[in-house]
Amino acid sequence: MTYNLIQSSQPPVKNRGFLNWLLSNLFSTPANSALTLLSLLFLYWVLPPFFQWAIIDANFIGSDKSACTRDGACWVFVIQKIDFFIYGFYPDEAHWRVNLSFVLFFVFGFLFRFLPVNFIYKILVFMLYPIITYFLISGGSFGLDVVDTDKWGGLTLTLIVASIGIVAAIPFGIVLAFGRKSKLPIIKNLSVIYIEFIRGVPLISILFMASVILPLFFPEGMNFDKLLRALIGITMFQVAYIAEVIRGGMQAIPTGQYEAADSLGLSYWQKMLLIILPQALKVAIPNLIGASIALFKDTTLVLIIGLFDLLAMVHLTGTDNNWLGFDTEGYVFVTFVFWAFCFSLSKYGKFLEVKYNTDYR
Amino acid sequence: MSGDKIIQIKNLNKWYGDFHALKDINLNIKKGEIVVVCGPSGSGKSTLIRCINYLEKFQKGTIDVNGTILTDNVKKIKKIRSQVAMVFQHFELFPHLSIIDNLILAPTHVHKHPKEEALSTAMEYLERVNIADQAQKYPGQLSGGQQQRVAIARALCANPTIMLFDEPTSALDPEMISEVLDVMVELAKEHKTMICVTHEMGFAKEVADRVIFMDEGQIIEENEPEEFFCNPQSDRLKLFLQQILSHTPNTDTEKELEKCIAK
Repeated sequence: MTYNLIQSSQPPVKNRGFLNWLLSNLFSTPANSALTLLSLLFLYWVLPPFFQWAIIDANFIGSDKSACTRDGACWVFVIQKIDFFIYGFYPDEAHWRVNLSFVLFFVFGFLFRFLPVNFIYKILVFMLYPIITYFLISGGSFGLDVVDTDKWGGLTLTLIVASIGIVAAIPFGIVLAFGRKSKLPIIKNLSVIYIEFIRGVPLISILFMASVILPLFFPEGMNFDKLLRALIGITMFQVAYIAEVIRGGMQAIPTGQYEAADSLGLSYWQKMLLIILPQALKVAIPNLIGASIALFKDTTLVLIIGLFDLLAMVHLTGTDNNWLGFDTEGYVFVTFVFWAFCFSLSKYGKFLEVKYNTDYR
Repeated sequence: MSGDKIIQIKNLNKWYGDFHALKDINLNIKKGEIVVVCGPSGSGKSTLIRCINYLEKFQKGTIDVNGTILTDNVKKIKKIRSQVAMVFQHFELFPHLSIIDNLILAPTHVHKHPKEEALSTAMEYLERVNIADQAQKYPGQLSGGQQQRVAIARALCANPTIMLFDEPTSALDPEMISEVLDVMVELAKEHKTMICVTHEMGFAKEVADRVIFMDEGQIIEENEPEEFFCNPQSDRLKLFLQQILSHTPNTDTEKELEKCIAK
């Protein structure tokens, strides 16, 4: 007795299409249906009033408070103060320098993605970006006026602090993760002590320490920049978290991979850099992005050592006598900006995950 | 076959904590010899071959591989590892590298061969294991049998003098075992020194010069395959052979063995 092979065919109609999706995902059980209805009710309760306030009843055009005639939001405040929010106290005539750095970011991003060279060279090329940006924004050479860091502020400052913290922490974090996995007891213990100390302390106290205690270690009269101190503090903080995230990734790599690398005769560094680290980073992408998003939001804490990031600028302009009582709009705006950046980071993480996915099972 | 001893193991002892995993192992292996090591699980057979390329440290005894005595010295370990290649039970291909990159990794980074040369050698070996058309794929896209053949090709790319196989077919589906064994039989015909830990008795009978039976961390019995299977001396080995061949024999050699043991 033999049977013929049967051709594959489509599932029955009732298992396909939108209606089926609704039935199987939103209304599969009575409890699920109840949850779906409750969620819809909640959205109905929240969204229409918000849109009423933010768009339908809102004012958009005008130049001062007198333009705010309607019941809803008065976006005139945000539009009038937008330069403050973005550039802080950076001089008006030099705003183009910040804008140019922003544009250059995408130029370098494009180069990084499409330049047909080795990954190492790509990184070297991309390293030019912070250097160029530094000269552009701080000035002092190439005929650009000096702009002191205490004039930097707003979204510009937020992005500078966040991106330096996020990017600089990764190489140091890798080194520290190697340190914690090291077999040499001194290196291992120093790494553990550093990580556990930093993680056991709130960012605010690290920022205070960086701002108050760090200068004590340097010779008197050597005034070193407040922003630099904040950057050092934030990077030191982030390094500890990134190290743990990367170590977590390394734990996920099976011992067999270490043994295979060993048995091929690779040296310790070849094994770690060519075999373990690339796989560990891939495993760690979701958590790396998570830690980066957390840091992006934590940059708002630089306010307490006297730096004015985006949130601080909004808070400050909210106390402007001409615009008292409009901080709600300001904070809604800040919320949206932070959300946009964090969401982009999250999407970028997803993109990397897909890009480096070589597991087809 | 020349009589040179390529591996000399003397009084090898290994402990995992308090557990005595290898007890006074003495074993000499000649150049070009093909040795199969078998025994029940936990008998120390994997540990033994993992000591040979120092994936496991041992506490007592000496191992001399091709004139180099194994110690903690990093240079010596590296020297030995560049001559001894290993094939693992779970393949251990590097999942983030394509097949061809897996193959050229050691030649370019350890042996410092030029990339073009490494690539052409790698393609040669891929052709020998009948898998050249998959060179650009990633390990995750291949079946277990294909992955193990790639792993064998990767081990060969470094042009080792000794090949170690640690249960190379134990993680494979039955229908893929033969494709891997075929490759190993081909290799055996070239008389590269091979030490195989395996339960494939048909393979042992067909190609081995010597079969070693281990139990409880000791070598219990060793002999030429014919004698080993047809005339086992110790009760422990007799029992083991009966158990391992009690399932339906699926190859001609195994049927032969079956008859042999029934005698």
